[in-house]
Amino acid sequence: MDLFELTIHELHEKLKKREVSSVEATKATLARIEAVEPKVNAFITVTTDEALKAAEEADKRIASGNIDILTGIPVALKDIFLTKGIRTTCASKILDNFVPPYDATSWLKLKERGAVLLGKLNQDEFAMGSSCESSAFGPTKNPWNPDCIPGGSSGGSAAAIAAQEAVATLGTDTGGSIRQPASHCGCVGLKPTYGRVSRYGVIAYASSLDQVGPMTRDVTDCAIMLGAVAGYDPLDSTSVNMPVPDYTKALIPDVKGLKIGLPKEYYIEGLDPDVKKALDLAIETYRGLGAEFVDISLPHTDYAVATYYLIATAEASSNLARYDGVRFGHRTSEPGNLIETYSRSRDEGFGAEVKRRIMLGTYALSSGYYDAYYIKAQKVRTLIMNDFLKAFETVDAILTPVAPTPAFRIGEKSSDPLQMYLSDIFTIPVNMAGTCGISVPAGMSASGLPIGLQLIGKPFGEETIIRAAYAFEQATEWHKRKAAL
Amino acid sequence: MKITQEQVEHVAKLARLALSQEEIATFTGQMDGILAYVEKLNELDTSGIIPTSHAVPVENAFREDEVRPSIGTDNALANAPDRVEDFFRVPKVIE
Repeated sequence: MDLFELTIHELHEKLKKREVSSVEATKATLARIEAVEPKVNAFITVTTDEALKAAEEADKRIASGNIDILTGIPVALKDIFLTKGIRTTCASKILDNFVPPYDATSWLKLKERGAVLLGKLNQDEFAMGSSCESSAFGPTKNPWNPDCIPGGSSGGSAAAIAAQEAVATLGTDTGGSIRQPASHCGCVGLKPTYGRVSRYGVIAYASSLDQVGPMTRDVTDCAIMLGAVAGYDPLDSTSVNMPVPDYTKALIPDVKGLKIGLPKEYYIEGLDPDVKKALDLAIETYRGLGAEFVDISLPHTDYAVATYYLIATAEASSNLARYDGVRFGHRTSEPGNLIETYSRSRDEGFGAEVKRRIMLGTYALSSGYYDAYYIKAQKVRTLIMNDFLKAFETVDAILTPVAPTPAFRIGEKSSDPLQMYLSDIFTIPVNMAGTCGISVPAGMSASGLPIGLQLIGKPFGEETIIRAAYAFEQATEWHKRKAAL
Repeated sequence: MKITQEQVEHVAKLARLALSQEEIATFTGQMDGILAYVEKLNELDTSGIIPTSHAVPVENAFREDEVRPSIGTDNALANAPDRVEDFFRVPKVIE
């Protein structure tokens, strides 16, 4: 097995036994990046020199006996995480030359434990999209089929795992942006409960929904990464001050007696037959492992997408007001007066999807429409949250598809924003409720594309879904499949 | 029609986006479609429902008002598109 194919826990064992060095693992992964990037385009920036330097430091640390589980592990970050001294674009022309003066807390935590940064990953511009097609740096291709999207918005983070260009990555999830690409690329992706991981230094899209999470080769790595980034941060007043459990203790392949809900609203006509088949098989697997299934209802599911596209766009229109061409980012070469400087810089710097969402959000917040759209959506959000709270009175976790179809073809939905938005129908409700969800490989389509299943947990119930995901993974072989590149 | 071209032009002004006529026309059609879709929220009776702005209730997070080092002038200005000495330079604001 090549060094770039290993999981965190496998590479850690080799580093600990001094069978390999971090420099060797980092060089192997950098060579892999160079070999497959022309086909995948998962990276916006590759930080070769910094990576080799960090790997040398990690090897010194290991030699001194001070090894942590993440020491010397080559990782990569969605380009939404601020990295001190390393260009951070959020896949937008407006931040083309932006070099942050500080680190995101989640990255700082990985760095302090000795993780090695390989570079910054492609995504939809400002995390607005489900396909990675809205990046100003060109689309990322699905490593399983280069004609297909990798999912989005954390498409580069998922594709880099599938193409073996990083051992683990971080993504962000506002409406499914970790779970949907994880499903489409056949990796594990977890969106933690809102407040579990600090958002400090993560470029804001919709602040009441955004959450940082890991994308990995297996559930064990997912538990390791979540434990590394979770926790209260005084620099993010919405992070929650609760102790962080050792998530690796939840890696128990036992779901006997676990009550899993099947919401009827998620098993709809129009669900792709391959997705349905994968879910049916997963249910059988869980039954065989001793889990109990309960039919439940989440009656407001059908309203989640509409709610999302009002709340998320409203928050985006406010968050993205900061890009004004004054303090950082692109400034027009024809500034005119001050207002024209703002308006032209923004029109030139933002792509079409970002402008569309700013427009929609500005409209939803504007005088005369605020109650009808924004407040109405916030009220429906309450109903969606209550659906989950009620369901979790009787079940421990909820099993659903991640996306209604496997990865679609590049260009298939890019001219119809509404169709694109509807592809997030099964992931958005989790963000609305602020709870946690994980995507785990659970099948392959007839055309050879990965299919994930989603386990939704109670707020701060990450341990339960990690345990259930681990039990499934240990009973199946899907996570062992590799994209042929 | 949920939204007219004139309304889209007004919103673009509020959002500080110098959209081209072509963008205005495209967005008018697309926003009209999206607004027609979100209309389905009106099927729900939400009277008496308290709006949710955050999944986790957040209280005011206070900290001690202490003087601490910040990122400093040079770091703050490092990404400025245009600067003079220790300032961001912008087009003339007052005529």
